[in-house]
Amino acid sequence: MMRYLIPLVAFIVLAAFLLVGLTLNPRQVPSPLIDKPAPIFQLNHLHEPDRLMASNDNLGKVWLLNVWASWCVACRDEHPLLVQLADSGIVPIYGLNYKDERNTALQWLKRYGDPYTISIVDTDGRVGIDYGVYGVPETYVIDKKGIIRHKQIGPVTVDALQKTIIPLIIELQKQV
Amino acid sequence: MFKNNYLNRFVVSRQSNGIKGLFFIFFLFLLIPSVGCSKEAVPVAEDPVIEKRMLALTMDLRCLVCQNESIADSRADFSNDIRREIREQIKANKTDQEIVQFLVDRYGDFVLYNPPMKPTTILLWFGPVILFIIGLGSLIVYLRRRRVQIQDVSLSQVQLERAEALLNENKKGKNV
Repeated sequence: MMRYLIPLVAFIVLAAFLLVGLTLNPRQVPSPLIDKPAPIFQLNHLHEPDRLMASNDNLGKVWLLNVWASWCVACRDEHPLLVQLADSGIVPIYGLNYKDERNTALQWLKRYGDPYTISIVDTDGRVGIDYGVYGVPETYVIDKKGIIRHKQIGPVTVDALQKTIIPLIIELQKQV
Repeated sequence: MFKNNYLNRFVVSRQSNGIKGLFFIFFLFLLIPSVGCSKEAVPVAEDPVIEKRMLALTMDLRCLVCQNESIADSRADFSNDIRREIREQIKANKTDQEIVQFLVDRYGDFVLYNPPMKPTTILLWFGPVILFIIGLGSLIVYLRRRRVQIQDVSLSQVQLERAEALLNENKKGKNV
């Protein structure tokens, strides 16, 4: 009996591990920046290139930092949702235009709508590295103290908004 | 009849004119002097020492976009940026440790192909050893049991004689 039972148990354990492995997404690399202060930046506006925005300007409010680019196809998928979210007035969204060209980026916003309170430009991707960006789109939820509370890797979905992002934002907005 | 013939000829001549025209244009193109547009090969890096150190470092770092490639091998934009970042940090006299820590702070242990020993990575480090010990143990147990089984099966004198007789019989049969 044991003779057959041991391989069977071993097989089931192995199969269970592999099965769990199938449901994991290797693209979702957990960010070490969660619950850490958002890296400080000072970047030029997209619309008015001679104006600067510093990340510290946003201290005291909960905000979203959405990393996007006009060359990024998945950004187009999430864009209508961001426009809706911005229209709802729940939370201000700041756009980090990542490794893009100014003119195409502006055209893109004109075409698909502009949900961003301010768009800032990270032409060479340096701020992107500071934030651990390794693909666009990525969206960070940053709290009143300037701490990153959540990172959405890949496009924002209705599901992610309803289940995670919006409840988290409401929770964070209650904090002093 | 005449009209048709005329028309045919007309069409043919127009066609051949067209082909001639194409050849003419083709030869015109040949007349354009082929200006050498090539430049001298740009050196991969200004400083081969920096490049060597950068390569040695990035060999053990994972590209997060193409996860089975190292940053040294990868041609992804992400890896280009990280290589640039590392070159700059080497120029700024940072140690290898500082540079690796810089990346781990942003991308997590996942960038390391050589993960550090931590409570979460203990299974990763010792799992193979544990599996090996289990395998070796069960092999030893199995071999011991088999030896016992083999000792059990010893033939008595009578059985041996019978076996010999049977074998001899077989030989005779073949000879006939």
